[in-house]
Amino acid sequence: MANLTQFNLRDKGAEIWAGWSRPVRTIFVVVSIAIVGLLPFAASWGPTSFLNTPITSFQNVLVYPVGMFIMMALGLNIVVGKSGLLDLGYVAFFAIGAYSQGILSTLYGWNTWEVMPVGIGFAMAAGVLLGLPALRLRGDYLAIITLGFGEIVRIVAINLNVTGGPNGIPGIPNPPKVFGFNFDLMHPQDFFWLVITMILLVVWMVRRFTVRRPGRAWEAIRQDEDVAALMGVNTLVYKLWSFVIGAAVGGAAGVLYASKVMVISPDMFKFDVSILILACVVFGGIGNIWGVILGASILAYLPERIRFISNARQLVFGLVLILMMNLRPDGLLPRKKREKITEKGAK
Amino acid sequence: MWPLPFGGVATLHNTLDLNRSVDMNFSVITSQFWSLALQGLSLGLIYALVSLGYTMVYGVLRLINFANSEVFMVGTFATLFIETHVLGYAINAPSLHGFKLIYTLFFAFVASMVACALLAILVELVAYRRLRARGANRLASLISAIGVSIFLLESMRIITISRPMTTPRLLDKWSFGTFHGANFRIDTMMAIIFPILIFIVLDQFVGRSRLGKSIRAVSMSEENSKLMGININRVITLTFCIGGLTTGAAAFLYTTVYENTVFNVGFSMGIAAFTAAVLGGIGNLRGAFFGGLALGLLEEFASAILGSQWKAVTVFTVLVVVLLFRPNGLFGEAVQQTRT
Repeated sequence: MANLTQFNLRDKGAEIWAGWSRPVRTIFVVVSIAIVGLLPFAASWGPTSFLNTPITSFQNVLVYPVGMFIMMALGLNIVVGKSGLLDLGYVAFFAIGAYSQGILSTLYGWNTWEVMPVGIGFAMAAGVLLGLPALRLRGDYLAIITLGFGEIVRIVAINLNVTGGPNGIPGIPNPPKVFGFNFDLMHPQDFFWLVITMILLVVWMVRRFTVRRPGRAWEAIRQDEDVAALMGVNTLVYKLWSFVIGAAVGGAAGVLYASKVMVISPDMFKFDVSILILACVVFGGIGNIWGVILGASILAYLPERIRFISNARQLVFGLVLILMMNLRPDGLLPRKKREKITEKGAK
Repeated sequence: MWPLPFGGVATLHNTLDLNRSVDMNFSVITSQFWSLALQGLSLGLIYALVSLGYTMVYGVLRLINFANSEVFMVGTFATLFIETHVLGYAINAPSLHGFKLIYTLFFAFVASMVACALLAILVELVAYRRLRARGANRLASLISAIGVSIFLLESMRIITISRPMTTPRLLDKWSFGTFHGANFRIDTMMAIIFPILIFIVLDQFVGRSRLGKSIRAVSMSEENSKLMGININRVITLTFCIGGLTTGAAAFLYTTVYENTVFNVGFSMGIAAFTAAVLGGIGNLRGAFFGGLALGLLEEFASAILGSQWKAVTVFTVLVVVLLFRPNGLFGEAVQQTRT
């Protein structure tokens, strides 16, 4: 058991990666993207048909929850993993994106591509609005305020007429056709490829940030905020940036989600979703994008795969969380050892 | 009216009065002041008892005890179970009087407290102890506590088939009298007097007794109290036990006042109690008391003035404003920097 807890797959992977030459890396990336791109057909191909989800359509499951959760977990990872701020209301930004799409498309006839930047903008504005007061506070106070914000967004959506009240907004149009890809009910695989593209964009963005100035500032803030401030890092500004960028990813996911499911209602944006996404991040390995992607795919896919025990599937999910955290508290693929804060510092 | 959608805050209100715009009704402040104050007081003191389950644990471990809301839920069902199955009263059983009433209520009260305390200790063993021994990061314990909480919630949902349950009205709800519209009913008075007594006992316990001193020592510095020969694990178990006891008391009072329970009753109670703990200053016993009181009064007046659907929004707005001016809560000392 000791081996299992100390074995760090991520470091192993990084070693192998470092040993490869540039062409090998390119080939590896292209092949992996191609394999992931072929996933929608895995359910109907013999050797991989065990992946099929018994009750819901496998291709739809790949888009929501799996793809969407990966995207949101990556966004939350910027907040929780990179700069170490505990956000328990991440679903609020997802809801803001989804409602932007719902309202602007049904009332003003905008299409998804037009709403996308606006929805992301709304989510970022909400991030600033919440972050400016909340980020002055420390630790767990931030947790309760973000939690409250998540609930407030949902309650406001229930009580306003423009958001359709508790019934939500029906009849949201799908995104229009682009480059021969049809985004409608009959073509969930096209949606999946769209989500994959967006996930790759987010991954690219996060990797860029991590090696540049904001990434270093976040890392410093996460390890010790006082020391970071003493070294001249403007902690409030960089915390706000990580919060707002996380919000933007959540908003983008929301816009896409609303145009995929075509009907949104307030009870899709409950506290459970925030918790589930946080669980994805921690389960996979806080701060490591590959870990987060793995964690989100497992936690989103697992409840659908075991849907045949429908009544007890959340129960099993709870048990899995307890067991995993006891076996591997740092997640499936923990972040690099040097990025970990020491035990004393974590108190 | 029922069934409730899964896990909402004040879902009953939300399903009843929909889409009402914000119309402020300030006249209720004068017309119903005493009634609202009394309701707020009893609700707030129940919050205060539950928030002890968060604040005691936070004081010692610097961790949010996420499973406490489900401990409360189990407490309400324990009360129900004792009354209907162990003591064998039917749902429509006639009210009791005299010695039999006191004995029955006392038995249910103690049973609920013991059930919650045992469960809280179990939660600590399952979700926190191993992780703490290994020095895992704080979020890992948070997630394992969430796992326990999901597990408890789902087990109860499956056991009760998502049905809300009514308790027998064993306590005849007679009133001591009214004062400007405030009805001093026996159950409201119980929900006010019991928590105050519990808080006095607990305050003395933590302030005076040897065990209480060791709790305060650990919350100041774990390392130093280890050096002074305090058994950390025992202190942590003790804090979970105390939090469980008070949460159980709150569950009994809640069931006695509202006479029903449902598998997701813990969710809104947990959020309210945690808010109360933060409002008063988390990790602080008296802070929990006054935070709970403030929250209860605020909720009652806010829902009377703005309509109950805006209750949660008002509460969180006030919380943000309070934290902006007093970052450690109303009664909190400076909290150590905490990181994920």
